[in-house]
Amino acid sequence: MSTASTATGNAPATNVAAVATDTRSKMISGVVMAVIGALALWGFGLSSRVSNDAHTLFGLKYDPSQTSGLSPISASAQPVALALTSLAILCGLVRAFVPISKKVQLWLDGVYFASLVVAFLVWAAAGSSVGLNVPSIIVLTAAGAVPLILGSLSGLMCERSGVVNIAIEGQFLFGAFAAVITASSTGSLWAGAIAGCLGGALMCALLAVFANRYLIEQVVLGVVLNLLASGVTGFLYDRVMSTNGGTYNQATGFSAIKIPGLSSIPIIGELFNQNIIFYLAYILVPVMWFLLFRTRWGLRTRAVGEHPTAADTVGIKVIGLRYRNVITAGLLSGLGGVWLTLGLASAFGKDMSSGKGYIALAALIVGRWSPIGAFGAAILFGFATELQVALSSLNTPIPGAYLAMAPYLVTVFVVAAMGGLTRPPAASGKPYIKG
Amino acid sequence: MSTPEPEKNEAADAAKSATAAPKPQPDRPPRDWGVIIRNVFTAENGAMVTFLAIVLALVVGALMIVLSSTDTMNKLGYFFASPGDFLSSAWNDISSAYSSLFKGAIFDPATISGTPEQFFGPISNTLEYATPLIFGGLAISVAFRAGMFNIGGQGQLIVGAIFASYVGFSWTALPGVLHMIVAVLAGIIGGMLYGGIVGWLKAKRGAHEVIVTIMLNYVALLFLGGWLLNTSVFHNPAAAGQAISKPAAPSAVLPHLFGDQLFTDIGLLFAIAATFAVAWFFKRSKLGFEVRAVGLRPSAARTAGINVSRVQIASMLISGALMGLIGVTQTLGLANPNNNSLSPNIDAGLGFSAITVALLGRTKPWGVVGASLLFGALQAGGALMQTQAQVSIEIITVIQALIVIFVAAPQLVKEIFHLRAHKIDTGKGGDEVTPTVDPFHTTETINVAGGEE
Repeated sequence: MSTASTATGNAPATNVAAVATDTRSKMISGVVMAVIGALALWGFGLSSRVSNDAHTLFGLKYDPSQTSGLSPISASAQPVALALTSLAILCGLVRAFVPISKKVQLWLDGVYFASLVVAFLVWAAAGSSVGLNVPSIIVLTAAGAVPLILGSLSGLMCERSGVVNIAIEGQFLFGAFAAVITASSTGSLWAGAIAGCLGGALMCALLAVFANRYLIEQVVLGVVLNLLASGVTGFLYDRVMSTNGGTYNQATGFSAIKIPGLSSIPIIGELFNQNIIFYLAYILVPVMWFLLFRTRWGLRTRAVGEHPTAADTVGIKVIGLRYRNVITAGLLSGLGGVWLTLGLASAFGKDMSSGKGYIALAALIVGRWSPIGAFGAAILFGFATELQVALSSLNTPIPGAYLAMAPYLVTVFVVAAMGGLTRPPAASGKPYIKG
Repeated sequence: MSTPEPEKNEAADAAKSATAAPKPQPDRPPRDWGVIIRNVFTAENGAMVTFLAIVLALVVGALMIVLSSTDTMNKLGYFFASPGDFLSSAWNDISSAYSSLFKGAIFDPATISGTPEQFFGPISNTLEYATPLIFGGLAISVAFRAGMFNIGGQGQLIVGAIFASYVGFSWTALPGVLHMIVAVLAGIIGGMLYGGIVGWLKAKRGAHEVIVTIMLNYVALLFLGGWLLNTSVFHNPAAAGQAISKPAAPSAVLPHLFGDQLFTDIGLLFAIAATFAVAWFFKRSKLGFEVRAVGLRPSAARTAGINVSRVQIASMLISGALMGLIGVTQTLGLANPNNNSLSPNIDAGLGFSAITVALLGRTKPWGVVGASLLFGALQAGGALMQTQAQVSIEIITVIQALIVIFVAAPQLVKEIFHLRAHKIDTGKGGDEVTPTVDPFHTTETINVAGGEE
């Protein structure tokens, strides 16, 4: 970058300033966390909802009508909420005023966040005779995270090799469309799934060609490709699907595969009674981690994404690798599109991805461009978006829209809090021109 | 990023004038008609590339219309037995679609003998559709020139629309024109605030604007559709079960510009005024100069004593304000289909269309106007095409996206039409090359979520 040379000139001064800013921002964010915790204490712990010895029920059976299995846990709402929010305040204060290592800080953030979430759940379900169905929330979260995982892995592969993929949304749409139309007209789900993956790959191939060969600015390109995908699928939907829904737009889907043994574990058993795309998405996370950090391909990909000139010097074909990776990544985001239709057994609708591609991108950034981090963020966002389903029956004073906003706000907050600390692959978004 | 600015006015001025000093223009070569004519057909010629890009996009659109027509595709089955059937059917599809596109956008030959209202009807529709695109294109341009990519138009225009709508239906005590002016200003302020958040987060916290704007788009959308329209303050009790707001009072509604029969409101005047203002801003104002300096090279601008943070925040405020104006015309203008009330789809995707307009207009104010007229014409014609030729208006989105992609890749257009060679400016020329504004290849300023520039 152009600033690199100027920055090295006054490095010591910048370092001192950076450390000072770091301590200050650590203190500010800690205090903000404590204040939010205090607000939660007042809102959750002292509200009328939890007073009068209200109890919160946590159901532990996926299907409550079943007779066997664990019986629900009942907790007294107010003491639990008070304890949890106090813990959150404590975390914020410790983070602000106690010198701690980065690792401890990360744990602290985790505890803080978890205690707030549980306090919120305790508050939301207090006094309800149905209570919260914990296994159902777990399954909803896991299913909601599937497209986010696939999308963020796709984005990860692209960015790690130096191409910004902001068009995940478009790849989802195209994948979903191709999957449904193929599955409906051939009658084969597998053909549909393959077509969906190829549809995503086609969109990514456009991205790769225009980014690498015609050197279009990649964020701009991604936005335009999203428009293109929305237009093409919307047009074909109007022309072909809306009149011939029976032939071209059937709501069919993969059936669940029950994994013997694992599926009978209490609470989380239902996680092992899902369809093939679900399993595939979760298997791909460690696979991607392994490929990226433990194989020759991964090393080369990361080299191309961080310093393409150096990679070229040692004989790596930069452009070729970028093409291959981006198009392969398209298979993943295409699979995300397949999940939206064939995975959830729903028909195609205009703009049906409804921002999931952008949340996947957010998961990638919040997860700091690592497969495990992106996975964690995807789970978090899946939880936030699906929680409103679980809470809809509880008559909480917080409208569902605010819960649905949560992933977006969390991303803004994280990006703002981490600011300069987040670092995408150095060459991400920059075309490589040999010579 | 928020380093304190040392007081060094003289040095700053000197450095500024150094950056500002225009590159001495090389003497124009003597005119040679052969060269001039040849230059028309090279890929360097922006107008030629734009024209060919439009042609190409329309060709692809035509292909899609034919391929998606089940009737015509059935005739392809016996193409070799009777090719005429297929060809005439395909021609029918294309010509009926594109002729109604033209009739809806420019004029309908059948109305030559009709009333002036009928004759100018399509043009006034085009102008009405172009109005929000002008605001949006200018908004994207202002941010872009400052080195920022504002994808948050959707959110900013929604917030602007919320503000304008609230003033429109609740502050009815204000007399006549004043009510309208206050409503317009409220919309501007709404967009401004929402854009300003992005600028502030970018300048003070190093948060990348692309990510922040994308996220804030959805926050605004969910806030409006998921909550606000169901509250008693906003929800229209007459439309039970529908997420729709109370209609704005007639005094707040933007009046017709060319008489009641024509579909253009005075938003167009605002748009023209905004174009003049932005053109002046870039050319003559101090802030506009600083914006361009920051956009070209933030590090150099900082060295020259420009407060980069301030410029970034200011440009996002302006950009948001312009987006807020889209919210105004969407709620208070004639384009509103619901009796000037707020609905969840008030944005109509304009925040994204604005990006294509700004790119096609190459982030120049009058270029934006030209691009808006083109895309406005496509929108207006597309509406008629949908009803007359039963071709979904979604094809317009496809055509717009394709035009922008082709314009962004002149190399591709050159390869398709075998134009003369064109070397792509990679932006890698280093410091000796005077950086130019090129919205398509600014590889240095845009870097998703990269904190420090």
